[in-house]
Amino acid sequence: MEALVIVAHGSHLNSESSTPTFAHADTIRATGAFDEVREGFWKEEPPFREVLRTVESDEVYVVPLFISEGYFTEQVIPRELRLAEWDPAQWDSDGTSATHTTLTPTDVDKRVHYCGPVGTHDAMSDVVVQRAESVTGDPDVGEGFGLAVVGHGTERNENSAKAIEYHAERIAAMDRFDEVRPLFMDEDPEVDDVTDYFESEDVVVVPLFIADGYHTQEDIPEDMGLTDDYRTGWETPAEVDGHRIWYSGAVGTEPLMADVVLERAADAGADVEAAIDRVRAETTGADVAGH
Amino acid sequence: MNEDQVEALAEAAADRVEFDGFAAAREGEGYVLATEEGSETLVHESDLGEAAADYADYVTNWYFWHAGAPQAEDRWAFLRWLEDAGERPVPDRYDALAGDGVTTAWGQLRVTVTADADGRRRYALRHEDDAGAADAEVTDYDDPLDAREIAKHDDYDRYRPLKTAPTLRTGWRFPDLRPAALVRAVDFLYPASVANWHRERAGELDVSHWRETVERQSGIYGVVETWDRQEGYEHVNWVAEACCVDSQCLKRREWEYDAETDLDVDGGDGEFPCREPCSLVIAAARQWTKLEGEQPRTYEFELTPSEKEQVEDIIDAVAEGRTGDVREGDVYDGANRYRARFLRAKRFDDEGTLCGVPTDPDGDDDE
Ligand code: SF4
Repeated sequence: MEALVIVAHGSHLNSESSTPTFAHADTIRATGAFDEVREGFWKEEPPFREVLRTVESDEVYVVPLFISEGYFTEQVIPRELRLAEWDPAQWDSDGTSATHTTLTPTDVDKRVHYCGPVGTHDAMSDVVVQRAESVTGDPDVGEGFGLAVVGHGTERNENSAKAIEYHAERIAAMDRFDEVRPLFMDEDPEVDDVTDYFESEDVVVVPLFIADGYHTQEDIPEDMGLTDDYRTGWETPAEVDGHRIWYSGAVGTEPLMADVVLERAADAGADVEAAIDRVRAETTGADVAGH
Repeated sequence: MNEDQVEALAEAAADRVEFDGFAAAREGEGYVLATEEGSETLVHESDLGEAAADYADYVTNWYFWHAGAPQAEDRWAFLRWLEDAGERPVPDRYDALAGDGVTTAWGQLRVTVTADADGRRRYALRHEDDAGAADAEVTDYDDPLDAREIAKHDDYDRYRPLKTAPTLRTGWRFPDLRPAALVRAVDFLYPASVANWHRERAGELDVSHWRETVERQSGIYGVVETWDRQEGYEHVNWVAEACCVDSQCLKRREWEYDAETDLDVDGGDGEFPCREPCSLVIAAARQWTKLEGEQPRTYEFELTPSEKEQVEDIIDAVAEGRTGDVREGDVYDGANRYRARFLRAKRFDDEGTLCGVPTDPDGDDDE
């Protein structure tokens, strides 16, 4: 039997933190590609420490629902899953090129295929574009539009900025949007000054975050000037300094994210091609979190 | 009992079947069927169906546990436990399963198992407080995945970060689950509880005590380890008393200070174990590590005896989660809102400082 285990951060405070994890897990469950699908969390239950024992399968694909490679994917998750033989070198990554490795946990009799995070997979660029289509309601959005990919800066994690830049470059290379730029919360180019960085009147802003929460629903909208008080909400698009800002909320709530989870498992050897086709076909519609 | 079951029995009897007080074996041209109650029948193979009908409960019981129930050891054991299968003989058990069913508690859950004439089990799952609720008072669900949403918020719509807090919401029911779906629903409500319970029964629960758990922490939680620097483990007693007792968490705490040093606080009576300090306890411990780094000071406050007791009442009400139950007009309770507001009006200065006594008399700042 084969299981997919999606591991995510979760929250002690925000009940919406786990929503995208559950939604993507359900999308994949519905394909029947795995005998079992289970979610595990750092701050919720089952915890990373105990998630592997909740599945019956002896082959387990573990996909971290995290944006970047770093502290969580390289230290916390492998340690808590008791992948004693883990060494970050097994991913042979430059910060955005992690793939997968196969390990044996010390507490359960299973083979774990430990995959890189969804956030640095190439397919994530497509999810950002899909997010832009969702928020504008235009499947051909691009011409006349700028696109900003937003993340934390290097302060928290050097690779976090790398992931943002990586996808911004890839999307720029698609030649679809007039301008594409990475923006950051705690360093230049800062998201606060979003309108300074774009000539296009219309700018889609996609934060590369897994779940909606404080940063994506309070901080960023206020910093960009979409609203003075996040509690009163904002327009989409919102007028800021002569630009129309189409703010999408966390990319992680985009249904197409389920595809990236599957791609990670496929890269690690899971036979899920049919599921990938199905999910790609199905998830070009509405937003899972309803934003 | 149906034909498939008889066929399966005939096949399995070739290697001899022995299960829950029933035995079936190939003998010559026929079979011997026997029960622990002493009944024994020898039949020709062409009459197996008829003879098996006399043992229908035993046969369908055997069939269910080998072809109907999930075979993963922990799930199988849990479902067996739910109907007391190891202990209760088949005839007695089947009487109960055919009637009102067998009901068992699991945390705040109430599971009732029934069986039909073919021995197929069905499980009804609900909150123990809804045991007597009328159909119209509960919302029915059939997809175990919905259990995740049920587990998210309590009856006051407050988020439940700890799934085993005794605050599971009421007003829902899974009236008719198959065996595998029942286990999944339970695992969404109390994640990993079945797996850890089973490990414990097998003598294989991998407990991580306080000391090793805090030593394992890194990042912003690495600091918790330093809380242990002084001799003793009294602070860990306080943590366990604050977070882990039955009134706060339904898991039975099996972790101690370390493998040699037990805590003085009781672990509770929960059915399923807690094998290591959870993320909520670690997050709280991080805050306590910071706060407990402070040195005590002597403050002088002027309070009437009743005011001192009122402070105790208020702390107690918050600690017991009782503040919402204090009635608006109950001015006899120290934790009543008007009483608390009166105390604040009288004893706090404009900066919100108790009796005007600065927190830090030597500092420039009252904070
Ligand atoms: S550490 Fe305490 S509060 Fe946390 S799950 Fe265990 S018993 Fe419950």
